[in-house]
Amino acid sequence: MDVLSSLMDGFAVALTWQNLGLALLGCFLGTIIGAMPGLGPSNGVAILIPLAFTLGLPATPAIILLTSVYYGAMYGGRISSILLNIPGDEPALMTTLDGYPMAQQGKAGEALALSGLASFVGAFFATWGLVFLAPLLVKVALLFGPAEYFALFVLAFATLGGIASRNQSKAAFAAALGLGIAMVGVDHQTGMPRYTFDNIHLYDGIDFLVAIVGLFAVSEVFIFLEHRGEGVGGKTGPVGRITVPFAMIKQTAGTMGRSTVLGFIAGVLPGAGASLGSFIAYTVEKRLVDRKGTFGKGDPRGVAAPEAGNNAAAGGALVPMLALGVPGSGTTAVLLAMLLALNITPGPLLFQNNPDVVWGLIAALFIGNLMLLAMNIPLVGLFVRVLQVPPRILMPAVAMISAVGIYGISGSTFDLLVMVGFGVLGWVLRKLDVPLVPVILGVLLGNLMEANLRRALTISNGEWSILWGSWLAIGLWTISIVGFVLPIFVGRYIRFTRPAGMKDTAGLEGEDPD
Amino acid sequence: MTSDRVFGLVGLALAGFYVWQATQIELGFSSDPLGPRSFPIIIGGVMALASVYPLVRPDPRPDWPAAGRLLEIALAVAVLVAYALALPQVGFVLATAVAAAILSWRLGSRPLGAVLAGIGISVGIYVVFHLILGLSLARGPWGF
Repeated sequence: MDVLSSLMDGFAVALTWQNLGLALLGCFLGTIIGAMPGLGPSNGVAILIPLAFTLGLPATPAIILLTSVYYGAMYGGRISSILLNIPGDEPALMTTLDGYPMAQQGKAGEALALSGLASFVGAFFATWGLVFLAPLLVKVALLFGPAEYFALFVLAFATLGGIASRNQSKAAFAAALGLGIAMVGVDHQTGMPRYTFDNIHLYDGIDFLVAIVGLFAVSEVFIFLEHRGEGVGGKTGPVGRITVPFAMIKQTAGTMGRSTVLGFIAGVLPGAGASLGSFIAYTVEKRLVDRKGTFGKGDPRGVAAPEAGNNAAAGGALVPMLALGVPGSGTTAVLLAMLLALNITPGPLLFQNNPDVVWGLIAALFIGNLMLLAMNIPLVGLFVRVLQVPPRILMPAVAMISAVGIYGISGSTFDLLVMVGFGVLGWVLRKLDVPLVPVILGVLLGNLMEANLRRALTISNGEWSILWGSWLAIGLWTISIVGFVLPIFVGRYIRFTRPAGMKDTAGLEGEDPD
Repeated sequence: MTSDRVFGLVGLALAGFYVWQATQIELGFSSDPLGPRSFPIIIGGVMALASVYPLVRPDPRPDWPAAGRLLEIALAVAVLVAYALALPQVGFVLATAVAAAILSWRLGSRPLGAVLAGIGISVGIYVVFHLILGLSLARGPWGF
């Protein structure tokens, strides 16, 4: 099979000492980032992108480093969920429900080991899903013309907006804001400046890395400042032996399997991502196997389900990002930003022109997953100690490292000021419950979206009907409309609301699903 | 007046300004059928539409911080702006140490702890990113 031989070539790319080292470093940093409350996959990867970029890493090593961070963060989020009842990041929210009760019963070590194993199962099989599903999607995407691409971008915004926010109009506003920001700079087709206000710094447009770091990382500092003193001291009890009894594996095997499938599907759907993956996995398992009402009281299956679900979703979310160039979640949007910064445009052509990047990445995911499993069971004590770093030291470091990355790209004070501006904007939008991911997606995809629209209308000589001129396009428009409107009616069934009495951490306020 | 009403009004104003600015874009010579104005006008239209709903059906008011905390955030913004401006003048290590110390202090460190945190963060980043990874950082009059 050619998929498998491509994968073998990928392993040849990934199995160099440099790439293995970067994968190990990425997994390690990612677990730490995921474990720390306030830093999740999207802002963690956002901070690291400018650094990977300024270090001058070539495309394949850079993406291996950052996707390892991404997978690592998905593993790491569970640690503080279980030990402190504070989710390390948004997708780990559901893990608190049964993980913390287990820790209180003195089974913290078992919960950590089991959730590590569940994370591995979810991520491992989702990566296989990626191997087989992405090339199929690429075959469809090769039929796309400019009109279909335009419809696809609309679909991404519509479904993301439909699911990511409680308020469709705010999601639409966020998308328009992001697209509007993308328009700043010289128009590529006519060479005319747009929205530059005669400021020389704006002629090249606003760098999306600056926007991402500002919106995701700097706004986090303000959120912490606002909630200073309300946080809970991180006191962890004894962890105990970090092993999973065989009986527990047997008990949870079915749960892991089902949750992996559900999580993967949730991840592939544009707009859903890992938070939804863990939520759906937990809810379905609770309905399916919770006959004695033990879920929420320290049932191991309640730990395995969300962890398998969110790690499977993390793998699934890479499918549309790589095959179509349309990210399905906040973190994959950030990964897309990195690829674009490296002059690589994901999509069907990436599979044809740069198979080494795609398959090297996928092979690195398999390797990283094994590393994460090996790292997360014996080294969990080390990561627990990292949790003790208080925000009053962590957050200034986050702000400064963000600034270092941005300054490293351009050496420009103006970019730093724009970054701070985006930080303030991000804070205000989060307070108003306006999701940030559509803003990022707009900034990232705005120019491509406009280029496809203009190309389509050039082909048709200005006839707008070309936009719905093929069955493929009509299908995409239909899904967009359904994806945007349907959550208004069924939204409360698929959206997670924090149970009363659960500790709210500053870091999760107004957080987008990853 | 709820926050969402203000948000809707600001959104409408922004959309109006955006569309007006779009009509001012010069068309250039070799224009395609759509030209450089149309897409921005569509964006402005979407933004205006999306701003109407919060005006009509506002969400409940978010918990805005008390005035004191708002001032803290303003102070943090000021520190970061001052940091951006001072960076090329005084160099990375000094600017970062001062900015990180102030932020750490405002996030709840004791004064001495904040100074130590600032120096630690600054020197730590310098060692890891500059000396080990070779990233170029802002050089002040003393070269660091």
